Amino acid sequence: MSIEVKGINKRFGDFVALDNVDVSIPTGRLTALLGPSGGGKSTLLRIIAGLETTDSGSIAIGGVEATRLPAQKRNVGFVFQHYAAFKHMSVAKNVAFGLEIRKRPKDEIRARVDEMLDLVHLRQFAHRLPSQLSGGQRQRMALARALAIEPNVLLLDEPFGALDAKVRKELRDWLRRLHDEVHVTTVFVTHDQEEALEVADEIVVINEGRVEQIGSPDELYDTPANDFVMSFLGPTTRLDGQLVRPHDVEVTTAHSPGSIPGTVRRALRVGFEVRVTVLTDGGESVVATMTRATARGLDLGEGSRVWLRSDCLAPDVPEPLAG
Amino acid sequence: MVAYLFLLVAWPVSLVAINTFADGPGVLLGVLADPDIIVALRLTVVVALVAVLVNTVFGVGVSLLLVRYEFPGKRVLSALIDLPLSVSPVVVGLALVLVYGGRSGWFGPALEGAGVQVIFATPGIILATAFVALPLVIREVVPVLEEIGTEQEQAARSLGAGAVQTFRRITLPAIKWGVVYGVVLSLARSLGEFGAVKVVSGNISGSTRTATLVVEEQYLNFNQPGAYAVAFLLAMVSVACIVVVAAIRPRGNR
Repeated sequence: MSIEVKGINKRFGDFVALDNVDVSIPTGRLTALLGPSGGGKSTLLRIIAGLETTDSGSIAIGGVEATRLPAQKRNVGFVFQHYAAFKHMSVAKNVAFGLEIRKRPKDEIRARVDEMLDLVHLRQFAHRLPSQLSGGQRQRMALARALAIEPNVLLLDEPFGALDAKVRKELRDWLRRLHDEVHVTTVFVTHDQEEALEVADEIVVINEGRVEQIGSPDELYDTPANDFVMSFLGPTTRLDGQLVRPHDVEVTTAHSPGSIPGTVRRALRVGFEVRVTVLTDGGESVVATMTRATARGLDLGEGSRVWLRSDCLAPDVPEPLAG
Repeated sequence: MVAYLFLLVAWPVSLVAINTFADGPGVLLGVLADPDIIVALRLTVVVALVAVLVNTVFGVGVSLLLVRYEFPGKRVLSALIDLPLSVSPVVVGLALVLVYGGRSGWFGPALEGAGVQVIFATPGIILATAFVALPLVIREVVPVLEEIGTEQEQAARSLGAGAVQTFRRITLPAIKWGVVYGVVLSLARSLGEFGAVKVVSGNISGSTRTATLVVEEQYLNFNQPGAYAVAFLLAMVSVACIVVVAAIRPRGNR
């Protein structure tokens, strides 16, 4: 179901967490709320879930006004960064909780719990306590628990934030596949741009309590609305005062029209790419990345004379007369 | 450390047991045959159970209030809760007489008019006992509540549980051992209360005299074996409480 957020304001004392936020989240998509820590994205998610109140504005879930509805009546699945496992209950009991609250018949609950545990590959751990599971398993249990109630929307607050890099990556891929299977409208909060770009259908960039841009990963990466979005969604450098991606900076050893002369200060190889720092004659420090082969072909070393240009810059730079 | 505990706690308490049985079990049996002492023991148990019940319900409620809610005067309330530990029980007793005393108390005559006698009767003893044991449940439960945090409760809410269901199914099981420990401490404290009870009870043999007052009375009347016997019973109940908790409490779980 869709989520409509209109004119949400939230303050914590003097701190403005959300400043007149409007977001519309379409049905069945996987949407990321992306932004730096303390930018208000978790607060927005908690307001959608009813775990936090708004100062003003409104929320509708699936077209139903939910602003004043308490959390337990919103039928949302919520997954916490630190799992929020019910420590005194077995995995199966955790997953059954929402269904028992809804007083579903016993055999229906059993069938649904089995189905959910199969979905998250935890069937063989049904009778364990959460403390006997790894972090990744606990988070999968929390996801099964949230999905068991057939929520209108699934909300995940930094769901992989507490896991180590490898498990994080696995679970990220798995969440994407799970969403393709289950199709429930899903919103997840992350401060990791790679995670958002890789998993989400749509990204909402939030910074200092405001929405900076909403769009698909490609739109955000290719046509960022402003410098903040551009610098948050990947590496950037400044060339002739303009923000560009380091891999868009073209390095040549011969002068060409519109290029900027400079001297290589540093050439650093990182894995499959070479990161070259160039000090332009204008005194600007520019970072360019290229493949090893390109770097070798140019025979770049400290002190080499180079010319820099970027396709992104081309329209803005007046073409000098040929010569 | 071991010597300190031995000299201060273990040795004196075990001497009570040794003295009780110095002349065989006859003294203990004799004490248990005295109807006034039976009344005193029964009164002590009833008072302790009611006081513990009141303090448990009140204590868990106040703990939730202190940990989960922000309100003006929170620090004052928190400090006030420690008051019973710092004020001498005798003072507590006198204070209760000032408020609930049947003749000149602030509130007492009105209650007496309604047919409720507090001071020199069982309600007064319960009040005094509850007062002195009041902080024990709270001081055990508050740290546990702070440690478990609010995420489990929020998860339960988002899964559709109301406030009562969340408390019963999530919060209470999580703080269970804190509550149990608080109850045991309260029970031990309530059984053993002397000063406050002495002031408010009137110490009427066979009516408002509790077990601790029997110990004093027997001792002052040069009936040391009798005093030791009742003291032994009191000590046994307290030791039993602590042993039972240590036995049923899962390891590493608090």
